[in-house]
Amino acid sequence: MKYTLKENGYVDLVIVGGGPAGMSAAVAAYDAGLRDILILERDNSLGGILRQCIHNGFGLHRFGEELTGPEYAYRYEKMVREREIPFMCDTMVMGIDKDRNLTAQNSEYGIFTLKCGAIILAMGCRERPRGALNIAGHRPAGIFTAGTAQKFVNMKGYMPGSEVVILGSGDIGLIMARRMTLEGAKVKAVCELMPYSGGLARNIEQCLNDFDIPLYLSTTVVEIHGKERVTGVTVAEVDENRRPKPETKRYIPCDTLLLSCGLIPENELSVGAGISLDRVTNGAVVDGDRETSIPGVFACGNVLHVHDLVDYVSEESVIAGRAAVRFIRGERGEEISLTLKTDGKIRYTVPQRITRVEDTTVYFRVADVYRDKAIVVRAGGAVLIKKKKQKLAPGEMETVKLTAKMLGEVKGSEIMLSLEDA
Amino acid sequence: MLDAVVIGAGVVGGLVARKLCEYGLSVAILEKEADVAMGATRANSAIVHAGYDAKEGTLKAKLNVRGSEMMEGVARELGVKYKRNGSIVVGFNDEDRKTLEGLLERGTKNGVNGLRILSRLELLMLEPNIGEGVTCALYAPTGAIVCPYELCMAAIGNAMDNGALLYLEYCVEKITESDGVYTVSSSDGRSISARYVINCAGVYSDEVASMVGDNSFSVKTRRGEYMLLDRECGSHVSATVFRCPSKMGKGVLVTPTVDGNLLIGPTAEDISDKEDTSTTAEGLARVRALASEQVSGIAFNKVITSFTGLRATGSTGDFIINSPKRGFINCAGIESPGLSASPAIAEYVLSLIEADGEKLTRREDFVPTRKPMHFFSELDTEGKNEVIREHPEYAHIICRCEGVSEGEILHAIRTNPKPTTLDGVKRRTRATMGRCQGGFCTPYIIDLLAAEMGVDYTEVTKSGGDSRINLGKTKG
Repeated sequence: MKYTLKENGYVDLVIVGGGPAGMSAAVAAYDAGLRDILILERDNSLGGILRQCIHNGFGLHRFGEELTGPEYAYRYEKMVREREIPFMCDTMVMGIDKDRNLTAQNSEYGIFTLKCGAIILAMGCRERPRGALNIAGHRPAGIFTAGTAQKFVNMKGYMPGSEVVILGSGDIGLIMARRMTLEGAKVKAVCELMPYSGGLARNIEQCLNDFDIPLYLSTTVVEIHGKERVTGVTVAEVDENRRPKPETKRYIPCDTLLLSCGLIPENELSVGAGISLDRVTNGAVVDGDRETSIPGVFACGNVLHVHDLVDYVSEESVIAGRAAVRFIRGERGEEISLTLKTDGKIRYTVPQRITRVEDTTVYFRVADVYRDKAIVVRAGGAVLIKKKKQKLAPGEMETVKLTAKMLGEVKGSEIMLSLEDA
Repeated sequence: MLDAVVIGAGVVGGLVARKLCEYGLSVAILEKEADVAMGATRANSAIVHAGYDAKEGTLKAKLNVRGSEMMEGVARELGVKYKRNGSIVVGFNDEDRKTLEGLLERGTKNGVNGLRILSRLELLMLEPNIGEGVTCALYAPTGAIVCPYELCMAAIGNAMDNGALLYLEYCVEKITESDGVYTVSSSDGRSISARYVINCAGVYSDEVASMVGDNSFSVKTRRGEYMLLDRECGSHVSATVFRCPSKMGKGVLVTPTVDGNLLIGPTAEDISDKEDTSTTAEGLARVRALASEQVSGIAFNKVITSFTGLRATGSTGDFIINSPKRGFINCAGIESPGLSASPAIAEYVLSLIEADGEKLTRREDFVPTRKPMHFFSELDTEGKNEVIREHPEYAHIICRCEGVSEGEILHAIRTNPKPTTLDGVKRRTRATMGRCQGGFCTPYIIDLLAAEMGVDYTEVTKSGGDSRINLGKTKG
């Protein structure tokens, strides 16, 4: 629905980002009874990155069926439209301050300021570019992040390459290996620096193995060749310290290098607002309600931490949407103050803090591939949870569920998550 | 027939062309690449040196000091960002201190104002992040920073606005002379005649000089690798931090840029390929190691890109600015402090033409000013909204990381010298230059370029030649 700015610029809840996280949060807030909601989306329509993810595999958890990205996004867009929740597209949020004043701009209103009762950050993430990887060599055309290539192919209908090497085995890279192959390109290799893939096991199977695309683990691109367009890359195996072994260098002729080397939550606005970030997730530090260090500012989806499945993004955004409504109604207060800590084997948790005594699912990722371990949750000397796992990998997000009963009984101010021999 | 042809659309060629234009000569600029500012101008340290480095009495010393004095005014006229941030040369021991004192003495002789030696304590007041081993420093308050390609584009754009012609992808192959008229021919069969030829061909200036029989010098290409850090890091130092030259080499510099990034580099390596702009793992590692000694706590995880610049090192050790043959003027071997000296080089070339007997008077209708390419981003909210009311496309952000709007990109595409490539748009607007390095906005910028130029999506290149971005259509 079209939104008309109020004279005083006040909005109960502004949601930054109209992708799966933002739409899900908006719907949850509406269903909790809030009506004065506004979604701001920088692209020309709702849907976020799902619009270009035309492959299937979305929605198995959320809807119990296999949808494509645009279908999944449309389910949510329909819910937004049915509820007549207003949104503005082609609108870029330029800044947020700690008093929840938000500056945005679009062609209709120019640069304008909103005073927000609460804000939900749902800006998503971006891919790590070549510069951040510091690969030596020239800087010719033909080097793209996997997502940019996906946009060219799926949204624009153009082929950015014909002979392709992919560096990194993140999910978008794997999906693009298959997509480029289906469009007639030859994908010669997927190289992964780590000794294990960063993507989901099902994507390795369906996107690489089904098409005989080789995956080289502990291998990286050490040099890019070609002055105008890429003509080839030199790859090498790496040792346990991830240093290239010169004797293993080999040249692969290709015209395209796709990068799928990790996703970085897009937190420029959060940094500008002074929100505390977690150095591991690169997202905000939040409590169980997904509230950041600034009261009334919440975060959910890939801007908070990178998720494996959009279904989990939707799930998390419901929490943020409902909590924002409680905040606006003045129903939020800290009941407890617990900090979640991890050993080195578990890299991070979301949330990082717990402030309410209610059932809380804790999401986390491990640092390496582990077998036959137990996830152990301790507080005040007592073991709250011990959960055995046959296999854990950094590419798969894990969860433990802390019940309200457990939280109510915790002595001390810390909860410790660790990985121990089963 | 024209009065003058300038070969090479770098910062020197651009400022020379503008100067000749100002004094009533009809001028054409010839450039072998698909855009201006593609050689040494494209990637260098972006420093306006104070002038203590060059040996007294040399052209380098004279034109550096003069150019440094002129730069602020030229930048203001052309709407180019310039900042007098000061330079610091750091030393690590007593021997370095002696060298710094020598530099101070030389600088004073060259006419550089305000030079002084700082103790570690004084230095820490200016630069709290200075390296642990640094014991002393030379401070040059007149050191400044400017964006070299922005300066070059603005100079050429301004010259064009005043009537100069620009021919791109014009690779000069042959120069003939008869009765005082030079004919400059390109490899694709074009030719232009003029009474004066100014050779500003950078690393190729020796080859161009030899086309008229001047083999008195040669030019070596020296490459230097750099790393550029996110704008978050731009205030890690406020001055440009050099290392005292010693037996251990020259070190690197650590400097903020006018756009607020942190720039580190360069290495120095002589190469035979005149266009080898590749980076190497070893070079980047060396930059990192040296920079860390000069300045502590550099956030190397915030590197957004690395690149290599090329410098034209002449065989004489000094700038080679002379007229080996009547009507033919060399501006060769313009290595550091070439950017700093560039406005003074233009003035010097004009004086050589005048000495040749040419009657020169300043054109009364010459417009020396140019609307800054970044005019929009420098407006306040009120001013921006005024522009947006008239041109709503200025509110539509295309490049998220750098906050560049569709209006700014279209303004760049329509302004002399008009870009035809993705990199051309990048250098003019900063679009794609941020932390995502074009991941999101590249497909949109190609849309705008293709529509403005009236070409197919697949014909848009990254930087001309065969640097195509999309190779064809999908099956559907």
